[in-house]
Amino acid sequence: MTTPPLLEITNLSKVFVTGRGIAGRSEIRAVDDISFTLPGDKATLLTMVGESGSGKTTITRNILGLVTPTSGAIRYKGKDIFTMTRPEWEQYRKEVQVVFQDPYGTYNPFYKIDRVLQVPIRKFRLATTKTEEQRIIEEALRAVELRPADIIGRYPHQLSGGERQRIMLARIYLMRPQLILADEPVSMIDVSLRAAFLNILLRFEQEYGMSCIFITHDLAVGYYLGGRILILCQGRIVEMGDMDAVVREPKHPYSQLLIASVPPPNPKDRWAETEIRAGELRRSADLYRGCIYRDRCPQAMPKCGDAPPQMVKMTENHEVACYLY
Amino acid sequence: MANEEPLLRIRDVRVHYTSVRGVYKVVDGVGFDVMRDEVLGIAGESGCGKSTLVEGLLRLIVPPGKIASGEAVSSDLTAGITNNCDLLSLSDEEYRQLRWKSISYIPQGSMHSLNPVMKIEDQIIDAMLTHETMPKQAAKTRVAELLGIVGLSPAVAGLYPHELSGGMKQRAIIAAAIALKPKLVIADEPTTALDVTIQKLVLQTLMRVKREIGCTIMVVSHDMPVHAQIADRLVIMYAGRVMEVGPVVGIFDDPLHPYSQGLIATIPSIAQERRRLAGIPGASPSPLAWPAGCRFHPRCKQAMAICQDVEPAVVEVRPGRYVACHLFGVLRGMS
Repeated sequence: MTTPPLLEITNLSKVFVTGRGIAGRSEIRAVDDISFTLPGDKATLLTMVGESGSGKTTITRNILGLVTPTSGAIRYKGKDIFTMTRPEWEQYRKEVQVVFQDPYGTYNPFYKIDRVLQVPIRKFRLATTKTEEQRIIEEALRAVELRPADIIGRYPHQLSGGERQRIMLARIYLMRPQLILADEPVSMIDVSLRAAFLNILLRFEQEYGMSCIFITHDLAVGYYLGGRILILCQGRIVEMGDMDAVVREPKHPYSQLLIASVPPPNPKDRWAETEIRAGELRRSADLYRGCIYRDRCPQAMPKCGDAPPQMVKMTENHEVACYLY
Repeated sequence: MANEEPLLRIRDVRVHYTSVRGVYKVVDGVGFDVMRDEVLGIAGESGCGKSTLVEGLLRLIVPPGKIASGEAVSSDLTAGITNNCDLLSLSDEEYRQLRWKSISYIPQGSMHSLNPVMKIEDQIIDAMLTHETMPKQAAKTRVAELLGIVGLSPAVAGLYPHELSGGMKQRAIIAAAIALKPKLVIADEPTTALDVTIQKLVLQTLMRVKREIGCTIMVVSHDMPVHAQIADRLVIMYAGRVMEVGPVVGIFDDPLHPYSQGLIATIPSIAQERRRLAGIPGASPSPLAWPAGCRFHPRCKQAMAICQDVEPAVVEVRPGRYVACHLFGVLRGMS
């Protein structure tokens, strides 16, 4: 018997309806017909890259069950997460853990740091005695390269953003989840402290077999992690595949633009001067009918407006949704 | 470059905030030169004092903050307004006359501060007429020119902020900042929170603006790749002090200060093979109690005994390369 995929997302859509009333109804498809899977037989890392409004956070919120999809299904180890029994849901909540973007907003300022580590231990009965609880907490802090003496008994405001995000990883270490959802976890911490966070995440994948969906707007951070990449544009997947294949040879015109826009950190490798196009906001009324990128695409063809392009396999590990291929 | 008169000479600037817990020495003895017609990048991580430094230079510090000491001397920027060349000791009224005309400022997140109920054109004209006497019609014509310089269509003049995308708003702000052809434009994190595709557009706009109006630009950013793309020279700050100053190519190729080395080694890049990044251990200290001696010594792999006691001065170790580190003092002392 083959292992079911760890996470299988099929045709997921989330539509938000705005502007009811005299202005008429308009809908925003935050997530539009998205499908992808994480394999169940080995730990993998998937980076979701997209600009603001690409739907990356809405996908996470769907996977966490915080919002209900408009259509489509999310299956965890073969089970639909929205029809799970209570014990199954409890198990899911234990096996799927999240790190949010804001290292300041995730903590209650009135509680000591210890509490964010004690709560999961008690809820999931990871320790039977106080001494054991203390031991597990210290082990978890060491696992994320923090010294327990520096952390235990302190309040969130006494720690830096980098330390707080690593405490979130300590919490994850306690739970040993199967899947980590990390939503822009390093965008609010200083560069010099980012590497430590990312390296721990890589270690969790390699040593403890935790898969990870890493969400970022920063392609360089995603590239550092490796694994697979999924590029989102206004709620749709435009390209997906092996990180190196996609970054080295992006196929979709949007991916090409995105990759060319990442500033090389080398003053001898500067952008050539390109003509600055007069910025105009064009938006087709029937935006969702064809390719989502056609209004901005330099290579748009008439058929791009007919129907959304389907994913085409370029190689075994590289798929793209574009009529050029 | 050695004998060239700088546009602005900054020396020993200190900006301190007094609170019940003590004095926060956010900027604590910063000095460097700003050369004419250069793009000078100010780099450093959160809390290093880079934004506070420019707010000090712009005289925007309000109590409980104060400029505790220092001078920022420029005869160019004050020409025609006053004989006093020190920006930090001008009267408020004298400084007001410099604003927008000699020095303009693009604050962090300023694209969110456009007035939502005024057309772009009216907002730019408003600023122009506040700082210069000119006929309204001339100002109107100028707005069209300015929009052209930043790559926006003239139709944008008649639009309201909500009708513009983030990148368009940021470019409208740049247009307003250069309206009176200032000699110095200070941009604080001009691309932070913008998407990468828009970031590229805004950075290219800044470079084009510099060419068109011939000004000096100071760019404050925590983002090293941004500096790599647009800066001519770089100032690296840490814990309220200058760690290193030099040409951007020199600093990226061969950073001298251990902090600069750490900062540059920790930048992820898609342009090269994937390599393990180390980061810098520890965390930034608090401005309430900076470490004694070199402020970076608790995190420095090459720290020596002297680093714990004596604060290193910024010295020119090679032509154009300035660094505040005892490693160089020791080397020089021996030779």
